[in-house]
Amino acid sequence: MNQLLTETLSNLNHKKALIPFITAGYPDPKMTLPIMHCLVENGADVIELGMPFSDPMADGPVIQKASEQAIKQGTGLKQTLQMVYEFRQTNQTTPIVLMGYLNPIESMGYEVFVEQAARAGVNAVLLVDSPPEESADIQTHLKAHNMQQIYLVAPTTSAQRKQLICDVAAGFIYYVALKGVTGAADLNTDAVNHAVKALKATTQLPVAVGFGVKDADSAVAVAREADAVVIGSALIKIIDAAADNVESVLQQVGEFMRPIRAALDSL
Amino acid sequence: MNQEFNNLPDETGHFGRYGGNFASETLFHCLEALNAAYKKLKTDADFQQQFKQDLADFVGRPSPLYYAERLTKQQQGAHIWLKREDLNHTGAHKINNTVGQILLAKAMGKKRIIAETGAGQHGVATATVAARMGLECIVYMGAVDIERQAINVFRMKLLGAEVRSVDSGSKTLKDALNEAMRDWVAHVDDTFYIIGTVAGPAPYPEMVRDFNAVIGREVRQQSMDKIGRLPDALVACVGGGSNAMGLFYPFIQDKEVAMYGVEAGGQGLETGRHAASINAGKVGVLHGNRTYVMSDEAGQVIETHSISAGLDYPGVGPEHAYLNDSGRAKYVTINDDEALAAFHTLTKTEGIMPALESAHAIAYGMKLAKSLSPEQHIVVNLSGRGDKDVHTVADIEGVSV
Ligand SMILES: Cc1ncc(COP(=O)(O)O)c(C=O)c1O
Repeated sequence: MNQLLTETLSNLNHKKALIPFITAGYPDPKMTLPIMHCLVENGADVIELGMPFSDPMADGPVIQKASEQAIKQGTGLKQTLQMVYEFRQTNQTTPIVLMGYLNPIESMGYEVFVEQAARAGVNAVLLVDSPPEESADIQTHLKAHNMQQIYLVAPTTSAQRKQLICDVAAGFIYYVALKGVTGAADLNTDAVNHAVKALKATTQLPVAVGFGVKDADSAVAVAREADAVVIGSALIKIIDAAADNVESVLQQVGEFMRPIRAALDSL
Repeated sequence: MNQEFNNLPDETGHFGRYGGNFASETLFHCLEALNAAYKKLKTDADFQQQFKQDLADFVGRPSPLYYAERLTKQQQGAHIWLKREDLNHTGAHKINNTVGQILLAKAMGKKRIIAETGAGQHGVATATVAARMGLECIVYMGAVDIERQAINVFRMKLLGAEVRSVDSGSKTLKDALNEAMRDWVAHVDDTFYIIGTVAGPAPYPEMVRDFNAVIGREVRQQSMDKIGRLPDALVACVGGGSNAMGLFYPFIQDKEVAMYGVEAGGQGLETGRHAASINAGKVGVLHGNRTYVMSDEAGQVIETHSISAGLDYPGVGPEHAYLNDSGRAKYVTINDDEALAAFHTLTKTEGIMPALESAHAIAYGMKLAKSLSPEQHIVVNLSGRGDKDVHTVADIEGVSV
């Protein structure tokens, strides 16, 4: 049984994958679905959907604020899964990675969560506070439902841990481009490319780079070595700055995505 | 020897199913380095000697075990003894831990100290040791707490620390902890994070417990000297749980010594406005460890409430979660009004003004003493002094000072 995420990333024909991140339920629950479709129309290969959490320890101010606003308007784990379910009614080809923190999942129970996520059409999860050492339990459930767990590798990750992570990871490896939280500014693209090159020597899996990628230039710069780029905070900022109606948000999102897609395709 | 408790945490930092290392990947490298450094220094004679000396000369240890004679008479039950952590330098047990961690920071060559604080006690204790060592110190504090604890904010500034206001989430202790973690992720190379309680990812719960275990070791010795045997029960308040773990740990193998952790019942468990993670929370993951967490249906961490800012935390140290499930310790609650009454009672009958956190332990200690016989002895941890709470008490009682 093959996995949609793995299939998608292996059928790119040397194209670089573009993975936008948005927070589910932000700026309001009704906009998430149209934004997801809009991302696909404008070149997203995979969508990373953030499950809002009250204590997003690894996120910078932009995603923190988006999570807070989403929670205030009633979006939690259940609602996020419902959004994926609705997205799947018309799109069965774009892989969805849920990104978030463990507590809401612990609260729901691993088994129930994985079952419902699989039914909704989720392909993989990236849980910031569930490193390989602590994820044996959830991995068992994920595997039973043909879902993958994505792991982070950081600039501080030792060679030994890199091996450990690559051994359990599936889907792709997510390289954290900087020492800091999501959305921080100072990317050293040479260092990133160097690290990604080394990482690709340790794993067969595709490598995505995220944290600090914000536009076509930075995307192209890190895509020299990486197979995929993740853009989160910069996209959330665009949504935040757009006027408070669907048309304007979608127009801004499209305008943000297209040059990045074009730049990646010109590589 | 009862191996089942004393060997915890295990090598992976777990206390049974609790604790562990639920940290983001960027932090693993420094958590591993911290763990290795701590394991080495834990058995290093020079380090332990330095720690002991600082506790004696800088903190003023040992703190007395005081017989509360009038309070005992009033309750007409077991003898009540108070462990006087309020007499420590800076006025609470928090300094035991910061004195230990700053030595570790020095040994690891770190230049920059960060901390989170709720009531401001841990922030003051951290700013104090950072000043003594000449290290840069940044303390994260929720905007709401900054307002509630103005005196401690000023104390930290006098000590040369920078207090950074945290405006995310509920703007209280849990958010300050999040922000300190974010700072640490961005400054892993030169920064040492001094966590103020037995929470956080491994090795913090173990390390903070060990640095505070001097409390329980002294109580053992003092009980033998003054009572001629070990006490029948120990009582301590539980926010994150560091003063309680420090008192309990050296007694864990002595099954005849009962242990009571007192959580903040706030306005009553039935109101939902409290901070009783063990009594009313559910198992989850927060701040790098698995433990009991106060969260809603959807698994979002909820705002807690307590009259005492130091108990206002939605998690609890993982070792307490373990001691609760195994039945070795009991966890009870004391409401705001009971704590406030105990604050007044102790002040008037013994001339000792307790911190509102400690007043929770006093309130339960009085109840417990009443239910026991006059041959029995209980030790209540007076974790801090009440000077910092005078304004809060005045406010509640409509007095302007
Ligand atoms: C005097 C005092 N006691 C107790 C606490 C609660 O912390 P812990 O449960 O870690 O001892 C605090 C926290 O600020 C405190 O200041």
